[in-house]
Amino acid sequence: MKRYTIFVITENFIGILNRITIIFTRRGINIDALTASESRIPGIHRVTIEVTVNEDTVIQLVNQIEKIIDVIKAFYHEDEGVVYQEIALYKIPVSKLDGGLEKVIRQHNAKIIAAEPDFVVLELTGHKEQTQELLEILKGYGLLEFARSGRVAVAKRMLTIESFIK
Amino acid sequence: MKDSMIRGADIVVRSIIAENANIIFGYPGGAIMPVYDALYDYHDQVRHVLTRHEQGAIHAAQGYARVSGKVGVCIATSGPGATNLITGLADAQIDSTPLVCITGQVAAHLLGTDAFQETDVVGISMPGTKWNIQVRRVEDIAPAIAKGFYIARSGRPGPVLIDITKNAQVDFGEWNYTPCLGFRSYKTHTPIEVSQIKQAVELINSAKRPYLLFGQGVVLGKAEAELKFFLDKSGIPAACTLLGSGALSQDHPNFVGKLGMHGNYAPNLLTNQCDVLIAVGMRFDDRVTGDLKRYAKQAKVIHLELDKAEVNKNVKAEVAVIGDCKESLSMLTEAIQEKKHDSWMGKFRELEQEEKAAVMQHDITPTKSGLTMGEVIHQINQYKADDAVLVTDVGQHQMIAWRYFNYKKSRTQVTSGGLGTMGFALPAALGAQLHDYSRQVICVVGDGGIQMTIQELGTIMQTKAPVKIVLLNNNFLGMVRQWQQMFFDRRYSFTELDNPDFIKIAEAYNIRAQKVTERTDLKEAIEDMLIHDGPFFLEVVVEKEDNVFPMIATGCSVEEVRLS
Repeated sequence: MKRYTIFVITENFIGILNRITIIFTRRGINIDALTASESRIPGIHRVTIEVTVNEDTVIQLVNQIEKIIDVIKAFYHEDEGVVYQEIALYKIPVSKLDGGLEKVIRQHNAKIIAAEPDFVVLELTGHKEQTQELLEILKGYGLLEFARSGRVAVAKRMLTIESFIK
Repeated sequence: MKDSMIRGADIVVRSIIAENANIIFGYPGGAIMPVYDALYDYHDQVRHVLTRHEQGAIHAAQGYARVSGKVGVCIATSGPGATNLITGLADAQIDSTPLVCITGQVAAHLLGTDAFQETDVVGISMPGTKWNIQVRRVEDIAPAIAKGFYIARSGRPGPVLIDITKNAQVDFGEWNYTPCLGFRSYKTHTPIEVSQIKQAVELINSAKRPYLLFGQGVVLGKAEAELKFFLDKSGIPAACTLLGSGALSQDHPNFVGKLGMHGNYAPNLLTNQCDVLIAVGMRFDDRVTGDLKRYAKQAKVIHLELDKAEVNKNVKAEVAVIGDCKESLSMLTEAIQEKKHDSWMGKFRELEQEEKAAVMQHDITPTKSGLTMGEVIHQINQYKADDAVLVTDVGQHQMIAWRYFNYKKSRTQVTSGGLGTMGFALPAALGAQLHDYSRQVICVVGDGGIQMTIQELGTIMQTKAPVKIVLLNNNFLGMVRQWQQMFFDRRYSFTELDNPDFIKIAEAYNIRAQKVTERTDLKEAIEDMLIHDGPFFLEVVVEKEDNVFPMIATGCSVEEVRLS
């Protein structure tokens, strides 16, 4: 079992995400994370799916996804083949702040993006291992809320969407 | 309002006509009433057949599509009408049958309010359709139908569902139909890679015991002639899957039989002795392969397949030739050496004799008093036309009919293969018959399956479709009973049936009916049935506890095929 990133380049139609996810559901495969956004070409969306499976399975998943009529292209990469980021937000009560937080923020390159009378919100962008590390530390600061995005990723391979739709 | 403006419902019907469909199977209801109102005006251009249940409508459309090669069309209303199509959609999806199904839907402003007969049919049918869409505006109707027909019939065919809200049906829109010729996310043609052909040719030329398996892909790809030419030149023995039956005449000298759980002895057994296995338009279903870990491990596999997702799915291919088998088979035929494989072919013939002695003889010319399913099919063979269509349901009768029916022409096999849908045969036979009244359509069905859709006798009565229905009655759910006998210690749990008087039922529908209980009456009854000008219902009471052999039990290897 290995971690793979599946990229799906698709028309932006209602239900397309459902058509993609039922391929995983039917095979009893859990999606680790999923993000969807418009690509740089209007009308074409990209979906990035993180999944932990063996290579035979990821090939079948990609083939099945590509079979969806409105999907333009699907492909997969191992972690080494992609540049990726995840964003994490941490909400901490002001009451728990002590002198120590400054050091934590500096060490992890986190940012304070909001400060309210009752809480502050930190942001950290990076790989899951990094955001997870900060999460463990901030639990000691009475962490109120934590949210982490799925993977946003681009492939290292030099291929453009245009090459798939011509 | 411009003169060219017409109701959405008229656009629906005109679009179907524009796609060259001349028959629609359907059932009306609230949310589809505007379309039914429009059908009233176009009855001279498109025929509508009212079935007795929406499941009957979709199976009839499947039967029609399978024999004609055209897209089957069916219409149903929202809610229960739409959900009654689901079995047929799943069946058509797994058996690659081209369908366009149109369902009515509540008005767009009511969507999501749990309105009367509202159901999320687009959501429900998503895994069972090649494509589906909900249309909420009149201007989107014609483009959706054009795209739907294109998707259903192109590439690997499949079912499409188009859900149309009532407001879109009653609103007025411009009539301007443009057929779909393709779009950017959907590629229907894959150019054959010459390097793969080269590799395949090398393997075939150097093979000592090559073996070819063909499936429905040959029929769907209209590659019957190309398959025959390839076999003529290569001298390679060839076996068919359930749905591939008929793609090659059984009279062809290279034809060695049928594959799978209840297929023939030699074709299964020798799968594990060939050195090169050429699979054409088939997907290595588990009913064909048995235990995959012990399937053709000694062989180098060449897979000719249109659908990339089928390659390496179950069986790893040494050489994958992705694309239309009509093209790839021609390319192979051109490049291979002309050969004969007499001694290898002889092995198939030898084992065939074993099967004849151990199984077929008892099935076809039984010595015991009870009638067998096999002798009924054998008698049908004596009188049937070469292009007669055999429609079967699911179970023992299906396997026996398939085993003994003498397939000579393509598109003569209509059965529910992948999904195994009981209740399929009667409506599918109706659909097959309505494509061509003059063709023999023989519907072989069991006493379990027929009662799942027996109401379609009403549609047969109303359309006067001259379907020949052969009910093989053993008063059991025979296949399940066979498994109970073999694997569940003869614990016959809920498989015995107290049946109605089928003859009275058929006669109540004004269908001529006859019951045969004695061997001496069989021949004449079948002859009478086949020459009768109109629908005919023949009930044959067969041995209660007969089993279908050969058999590859679940989890067993193809080489463990049993003769008893």
